Amino acid sequence: MGKTYNIHPSDDADTGVVIRIADLEKSFGNNDVLKGLSIDLNKGENLVVLGKSGSGKSVLIKCLVGLIQPDKGSLTVLGEDILSLDNDGMNKLRRRVGFLFQSGALYDSMTVTENLLFPLRESKNIDQHARIQLVKEALGNVGLSDVEHKMPSELSGGMRKRLGLARTLILKPEIMLYDEPTTGLDPITSREISELMMNIQKEHKTSSIIITHDMACAKITANRMVILKDGMVAATGTYNELESSTDEWVHSFFS
Amino acid sequence: MKTLMTAVSANITTALGLTSSKQRIPSLLHRFLTGVAMFALFTGRYFVELVKPPYEFRELVKQSYRIGLQSLPLVGITGFIMGLVLTVQTRPTLAEFGAESWLPAMISVSIVREIGPVITALICAGKVGSSIGAELASMRVTEQIDAMEVSGANPFKYIIVTRVLSATLMLPILTVFNDVISMLGSLAGVNIHGDVSFSLFFGQAFAQLSFTDVLPSLIKTIFFGFSIGLIACYQGYYSNKGTVGVGQAANTAVVLTSLMVFIIDMLVVQITSLFIY
Repeated sequence: MGKTYNIHPSDDADTGVVIRIADLEKSFGNNDVLKGLSIDLNKGENLVVLGKSGSGKSVLIKCLVGLIQPDKGSLTVLGEDILSLDNDGMNKLRRRVGFLFQSGALYDSMTVTENLLFPLRESKNIDQHARIQLVKEALGNVGLSDVEHKMPSELSGGMRKRLGLARTLILKPEIMLYDEPTTGLDPITSREISELMMNIQKEHKTSSIIITHDMACAKITANRMVILKDGMVAATGTYNELESSTDEWVHSFFS
Repeated sequence: MKTLMTAVSANITTALGLTSSKQRIPSLLHRFLTGVAMFALFTGRYFVELVKPPYEFRELVKQSYRIGLQSLPLVGITGFIMGLVLTVQTRPTLAEFGAESWLPAMISVSIVREIGPVITALICAGKVGSSIGAELASMRVTEQIDAMEVSGANPFKYIIVTRVLSATLMLPILTVFNDVISMLGSLAGVNIHGDVSFSLFFGQAFAQLSFTDVLPSLIKTIFFGFSIGLIACYQGYYSNKGTVGVGQAANTAVVLTSLMVFIIDMLVVQITSLFIY
């Protein structure tokens, strides 16, 4: 893989909990989406969050990167209270947290290489040669090659997901947030993406929150699972524990 | 984005002393005031980000190419037809008074002072305004703007500042181009019924033009370009109604920017009448 470039020179090697969500509340008008949600994410852990559509899963991870402001509660990410961070502080933190959008959110007016170079704009300590190296490294990590000059519209669904992952990984994040990473993919590609997520966790030692409805993906990736109901945590445990749950509602996710 | 809008909306309610739910002001007025406050914040942020490094020169050049160079054919064709039609239609009236020789001067003053800048701005309001509005709205819908934010970059500087600045810089250039092509159209119009040389036509046309005709006209095109860029970007950036919102953003951008062109034109005419004419 060649020389590696340190994107976060001031990394602190925290141990234990990397994300602490406490009593989180969020409403949109009269719709109370999150009602006092509390979850911890441990270092190196893959936490899968399940729940019916509209149960607040995506709102939860968007709160973690400051795209949505919660009404109440506290959010601590990598030791930073994100609700008290200013714009610059938030941007610095965002560069340590990767976010894979459900749609991929690729910049469709840019080539694959330009997509990957975009997150590096603020990394002033990296020269152009090193940037290109990082692009190649990121594409190699997700198994994409010979697509550097293609436009996102020329890629298949699976390749677009991989590219979205590569763009996120280029900043070498300590935490990954996946918003339905396998939605819209065929079972084989879905499995490949799930396995890729596991490889990322092992290679980059990331901690991840994975929002998914895909139980095959959950089975492959989850170290621990949380099921949301009415804006609260309804059940928590490993995949096997929840699968064998006697609670009919919990069990219905696995049937 | 929703967070800022919610905060602004709440502040307006509080500022008016209407904190209780029973004291709500009409929702249309509330929406209007929220929109005005949001637009004011958007404009303020534009100026802050404009002067704050780093500068996005590459994107500025790319947008200038799209807004300026790619608009040249449309602006040129429209300008030529406009100059020709204006000349052909004005000629009979002047001929009745035996004042045909005044045609080049009259056409040049009309084009440079008023018709050139306004027509160019209206063409750009349609072409550039709709394009920016739809592009940014679809970027919002497909979460591309959110993706830029979560990568720690500054989408406002990259997307908004470059487009608004390009529109501001390109409008005066497009207007000068339109003016020149319109005059050539006018020359063609004059030569349908007569035989006027290039040098005689332009000699007479420029003889009646003064600095006070050209400068205010160019200054107002800067404001035209700024308002087209800013309004179109605002509509696209804050679009939030899915794919329907993309069409709405493009449509509203064209309507508002066209209206703004006329309002600015009226204000500039009033101001220049006070101080110059």
